[in-house]
Amino acid sequence: MTRRARLWLFAPFALGVAALLVWGIRGLPPFGHYHGPYGFVLARVEPHERGATNVVSAVVFDYRGFDTMGEEFIFFASVIGVAMLLRAQRDETEGSPEDRAEGRRLHATADAVRMAALSMVIALTVLGLYVVAHGQLTPGGGFQGGIVLAGAPLMIYLAGRVLVFEALNPVPLLEGAKSTGAAGFVVMGFVGLFVGAAFLSNVIPLAPFGSIFSGGDIPILNVAVGLEVAAGTVLVIHEYLEQTLVIRGSR
Amino acid sequence: MSVVQAAVSVAVAFLAVAVVRTRDPLPQLMLFSIFGTSLALFFFVLQAPDVALSEMVVGAVAYPIVVLVALAKAKRRER
Repeated sequence: MTRRARLWLFAPFALGVAALLVWGIRGLPPFGHYHGPYGFVLARVEPHERGATNVVSAVVFDYRGFDTMGEEFIFFASVIGVAMLLRAQRDETEGSPEDRAEGRRLHATADAVRMAALSMVIALTVLGLYVVAHGQLTPGGGFQGGIVLAGAPLMIYLAGRVLVFEALNPVPLLEGAKSTGAAGFVVMGFVGLFVGAAFLSNVIPLAPFGSIFSGGDIPILNVAVGLEVAAGTVLVIHEYLEQTLVIRGSR
Repeated sequence: MSVVQAAVSVAVAFLAVAVVRTRDPLPQLMLFSIFGTSLALFFFVLQAPDVALSEMVVGAVAYPIVVLVALAKAKRRER
């Protein structure tokens, strides 16, 4: 098919889709005019029911907590998938990367990069812990804080400390942390069942509105998710780096 | 829609097209990272800081790193 014919075939369908889009967008409520009742209902009901200042967090971990559990296991499964795909295959050898340009000295990481990266380690760790711990109060939570936490060891790698980075990645421990996080969510769900309420029902007394332990079981769920996401992300990055650094192609 | 929201949404649209039109993987990835940052900013000015945080770490950092390492591996094979 010539380019011209393809364009002629494409044009009517493109116009059709464009017309549908315009029609659909014209039917939307005006920008910034929210219609649905649920947002208003939740904003009114949530402070009494869950006591979390961050209503989004209460929605994610309570009102649709079961859904979040599913998402958590999607992440869990994808980390396992990456680890499975990238494991050392039968026809691969493990070894240090070969020197492609012999006689050329490798540039050491610049001092400025090293300093900047290493000074970020503590900052990222503190920020990550803060975001995980304050999920019920301010924007953030386990998912976001967990990935920020995973960034801290990555900074060590960026600073050129590959060996320290590898030493910081005890794979069994990371896998344990990831699984503990995933299991912790489910255990919290069953706690609700054991006291005779629904799955993931809150059983923990609500601390005063706006305090760090407010929100009942939301902080605990956030810590579980944070643990899983941080450990899982470091595992994935570790697997990828292992691929480029250690495992070489066919024998 | 305020001026800031309009400006950021134009930036998002512009960067998205720029990402698609770049053919070389490495510059494309760098552009994608900038696009991710602009998208995070877009969520932020639309008052969705939770989503902005996720987008910032995933779109601007985590995904580019994974692709970067994959590119390094693929380049080595090519030679």
